[in-house]
Amino acid sequence: MDGAAQFTLDADEAGGSRLSLEGSLLVSTVGPLDHDLSQISDQLSAIDLSGVEEIDTIGAWVACRLAARHDAEIVGASDRAKRLLDAVQDAGNEAEIRPPRVPVWERVPEAMGELVFDMRAGIIGVVGFLGRVLIGFGQLIANPGRFPMKAMVRQMELVGVSALPIIGLMSFLIGIVIAQQGAVQLSQFGAETLTVNLVGRITLRELGVLMTAIMVAGRSGSAFAAQIGTMKLTEEVDAMRTIGISPIEVLVIPRILAATFMMVLLGFYASIVAIVGGAVVGQFALGIPFFTFLERIQEVVPTYDLWVGLIKAPVFGLIVGLAGCYHGMRVQGNSEQVGLRTTMAVVSAIFAVIVLDAFFAVFFTEIGWG
Amino acid sequence: MGVMDDILQPRFSGEPPVIVQGLTNRFGDFAVHEGLSLEVREGEILGVVGGSGTGKSVLMRSIIGLQIPNEGDISVFGRKITGIDPDQDLGVRCRWGVMFQGGALFSTLTVGENVEVPLKKFYPEIEPELRREIARYKVLLSGLPEDAIAKFPSELSGGMKKRAGLARALALDPELLFLDEPTAGLDPIGAAAFDRLTKELKETLGLTVFLITHDLDTLYEICDRVAVLADKQVVAVGTIPELIATGHPWIEDYFNGPRGRAALSTHERGENGSGG
Repeated sequence: MDGAAQFTLDADEAGGSRLSLEGSLLVSTVGPLDHDLSQISDQLSAIDLSGVEEIDTIGAWVACRLAARHDAEIVGASDRAKRLLDAVQDAGNEAEIRPPRVPVWERVPEAMGELVFDMRAGIIGVVGFLGRVLIGFGQLIANPGRFPMKAMVRQMELVGVSALPIIGLMSFLIGIVIAQQGAVQLSQFGAETLTVNLVGRITLRELGVLMTAIMVAGRSGSAFAAQIGTMKLTEEVDAMRTIGISPIEVLVIPRILAATFMMVLLGFYASIVAIVGGAVVGQFALGIPFFTFLERIQEVVPTYDLWVGLIKAPVFGLIVGLAGCYHGMRVQGNSEQVGLRTTMAVVSAIFAVIVLDAFFAVFFTEIGWG
Repeated sequence: MGVMDDILQPRFSGEPPVIVQGLTNRFGDFAVHEGLSLEVREGEILGVVGGSGTGKSVLMRSIIGLQIPNEGDISVFGRKITGIDPDQDLGVRCRWGVMFQGGALFSTLTVGENVEVPLKKFYPEIEPELRREIARYKVLLSGLPEDAIAKFPSELSGGMKKRAGLARALALDPELLFLDEPTAGLDPIGAAAFDRLTKELKETLGLTVFLITHDLDTLYEICDRVAVLADKQVVAVGTIPELIATGHPWIEDYFNGPRGRAALSTHERGENGSGG
């Protein structure tokens, strides 16, 4: 059996051309044929299908289209071909497959404008969301029996306990880097012993909490957005609402509280591990014995440095949790949105944390905790 | 050239397109199928029924190679499906179309683009313009209005998603069509229209249809044979009178329950109406 589709052109008695199709007119063979057919410049008067061995709707469509283009007649069609031709004949149309694309000079300004408006809507949205969370929290305080304790403990485990290894490793390495790099610079003044001050103060005040917040945003903020977003898509959130369960109470508050509490503990833990890292460098590279390093920390680091870190930590936790849950609740439509919102949750959380950290730095210095 | 050889085989070779032998599927300790055997004949609409949890969907997933069975042989168009990785090219994927229960449309593509996907995958040599035209008429062929072509799945109702899923399943003019509960969740008018559409397509395109359903009307109206899944097996295959004659308790309950009787009387009324 000769499989490929072929055609021959003959002049017929009326002066027009007669096109005879042969072989298989199937989706698998019609691609190259269609290209050749579109090159025909002669006016066709008839299309002969009697040589066609096999045909499917796509072959029928090609024949039908060719006939319409040349105003030709289809002859010699088998019963099967006739049925297929009838089926596709009514289906021709010009509708676009995609909604029409706006030209770039209109699209870009429009996107910019939308971005600005979205930003305003976003700020209002976040504030509104925070308000709803606070109201939900107030209601939970009024009805302590409804408090989703189990969900919160579960989230605390996910946000806090499971993050211990990675945050510990990260902080330990940061402690080592600060101590080692600090010692190199300080030795130029003969002030290697000040490495202790550097490590202790910078980790407790700034880096311990900041790096932890970034890590929690990446680990848990994204998970919040993806989980809640998926639940929105599968209508779980709607189902809760119809049963009379508030998704804010059941989904959002446990996550935000867990992030807030665990950030305090994780931030403190990260600072301690970083100091240990610094002490290890002290022992092996600077000749300061391990325990002497820790004792010196007590002497040179004022207690308010610890408070600075511990006051910032829950605020950062709140921001991370809020961003994750807010973007999760805003998912609608399709799965692409879940990914988009997850990214936005992480980016906006990290951005807000760093901006706020700068404000905190100025603030604490101004009140004399410099 | 394996793929080409397959495609160029004559459409009706007489051999059953789907043969399942001794199929066993277990999830943990729980066996869904145990030694299940089934044949789908060429050019028929085979309805598959069974209570919830009897593994109708699992059977379909096994046949299309998404579920790797624990034991048994499945061949589709004479090609062994079992023991092959779900992502591997089987050479038969371009000869079947699958419509999943919820449509399973790609959510970031429009309906028209969804239909284009299999065309692009298997026949990249088809020119974009022709491909778009094919996508358009397939969408219309499955009974959707013209303005649905450029819509995204999230803008469609449940019934329209099913039709769009059917359009994608039909994209390559398959010889074998799998439908998973096509009428579930549709209103009676929509369900009847879908049944008619399935039958029309089968007759025009010469399809073989494997149809999972709970809808008794669908069974009476369009199925040539019905396979009943129960007790981890196919307990009976045949026309509905043949099934009832077996006297199996589940089949009795199924067809002689209030819904079964109602569907039968509707069917008989329809037959008489068209006869007289």
